[in-house]
Amino acid sequence: MAQGFVGRSAAEMAAALRSGEVTAVELLRQAIVQRDRVDGRVNAFLERTDELAETQARAADERIAREGVNAPQLCGIPVALKDVLCLQDVPSTASSRIIRTFRPPYTGTAVQRLLDQGAVVVGKTNCDEFAMGSSNENSAYGAVGNPWDVERVPGGSSGGSAAAVAAGVVPYSLGSDTGGSIRQPAALTGTVGFKPTYGRVSRYGLIAFASSLDQIGPFAQTVEDAAHVYSAIAGHDPLDSTSSASAVEDPFETLRSGVEGMRLGVPREYFVEGLEAGVRQRVDEAIELLRSLGASVEEVSLPSTDAGLATYYIIAPAECSSNLARFDGVRFGMHADEPSLLRSYLSTRGQGFGAEVKRRIMLGTYALSSGYYDAYYRKAQKVRTVIAAEFDAVFEKVDALVCPTSPTVAFTQGAREDPIAMYLCDVLTIPVNLAGLPGISVPCGLSDGLPVGLQVIGPRFQDARVLRVAHAYEQASGAARLRSPMVAEAAP
Amino acid sequence: MTLSRDDVAHVAMLARLGLSDAEMEQYRTQLDAILDAIGKLNEVDTSAVAETAQVGGLVNVWREDEPRESIGAERALANAPERDGPYFRVAAIQE
Repeated sequence: MAQGFVGRSAAEMAAALRSGEVTAVELLRQAIVQRDRVDGRVNAFLERTDELAETQARAADERIAREGVNAPQLCGIPVALKDVLCLQDVPSTASSRIIRTFRPPYTGTAVQRLLDQGAVVVGKTNCDEFAMGSSNENSAYGAVGNPWDVERVPGGSSGGSAAAVAAGVVPYSLGSDTGGSIRQPAALTGTVGFKPTYGRVSRYGLIAFASSLDQIGPFAQTVEDAAHVYSAIAGHDPLDSTSSASAVEDPFETLRSGVEGMRLGVPREYFVEGLEAGVRQRVDEAIELLRSLGASVEEVSLPSTDAGLATYYIIAPAECSSNLARFDGVRFGMHADEPSLLRSYLSTRGQGFGAEVKRRIMLGTYALSSGYYDAYYRKAQKVRTVIAAEFDAVFEKVDALVCPTSPTVAFTQGAREDPIAMYLCDVLTIPVNLAGLPGISVPCGLSDGLPVGLQVIGPRFQDARVLRVAHAYEQASGAARLRSPMVAEAAP
Repeated sequence: MTLSRDDVAHVAMLARLGLSDAEMEQYRTQLDAILDAIGKLNEVDTSAVAETAQVGGLVNVWREDEPRESIGAERALANAPERDGPYFRVAAIQE
């Protein structure tokens, strides 16, 4: 079968669906062919939902026939969902053994909003267990290969969702970002990855890792597609009391307004030791391009950046140790049969969780335990205030920040066995979660043949501005839309 | 900071994690190294700073306490590893 739409954007697919050039059922078939062609090498999918997708695609074709150009933008477009997102009755394992058989009794809000648009779900994607990791090597169901070089990691934790887009299986996917888990894999796979402002997208139906940091967002081929997905999933939800009731700006009002006259800040602390020369070069070029488009660029300082990692590695494990207490072997998931309830808890959790999850539960439990709470958790929550205040002060002077997303390009699987070395992957993305800001990674070229990401960060609830800067860069940069070798194979 | 073997065993019990001897030792050295790195926190002066309670500035979120549809007992029990009629089944916690 012709694979003419592999690697194309959702907007291009939407136009072709409306003109009658292609049907949703045909788009689904192409997605399935591409998925099955690459997934032996990539391992992006944990669950394939072909039957459900077939039903959804047929319904989408009927809806497009009925509503024509008024059909929702994402109607009939294939999508993949990170396995921490609940879709009713479809297994959601969070890449963990402990809930290998869990079938959610309900669908989460962000996913439901895509379904309401007529989205076609081709599967659930691999990730680091409970979204804890930066390489997707912590999955109980095997590592994910980067479509640019399958010996290398795709980043994490949303590695499968990133790889599914980079390999041209789907034009967009959903991930979740607690310390960089959308932006970092987007950078490493040459895709666009957007983490909205904390509270913009409902977390209802997202298997919780660290509730004060988690946020759902899209991977896409283009910033325009990311904006469409954001528009679909953003907005208040009474089922998530941390979701903001403030009105969502329409990102399309300013998406194409360019950056002329905008003030962009370059945080000096983000260009530090450990930043690869090739990454630095691509990011410097990207910033120069934004300057040439009429933005003013100035260096700014976020002095406590250096403490971000330490702050995160108290707060996130503390919240995870509490959130993951629910996996008790009683209500869902694995159950180890033991003579007492205590023994059953110990065995179920000891056997069911993987090494990184247990490490973080231990760290978080320690930080919250009697006698250590003030020194660790309370201190970290104060440093978090300092970090957020530094961003707020900088945004008095500049409209947005531009910097690298990841200090390195994709590294070889198995190369970072030391947990602290792995934690450093997210040193440039974590502060954004701590401060609850919107951030996006947009491809800005290759270094040694591997993708590099430019990160754009904005003030809280200025999601549209972040999309606007990223879009201006993407449109001006020929390098922005990168085609992985797996897309090139299918659609030469 | 040096964690003892007893510290690690205590935390594992608080977290209800059954760990092997090898895991205990591994986490002892790894947590030591991580806590050491986290010492960076003390370099930030927070003497005049309040803790972050909600990063977006939300305070309390209320709603009316109105009855509404729920998923029901059958769906709630559908994933139970062991059930007994309309109940989750657990090992006895009292003699």
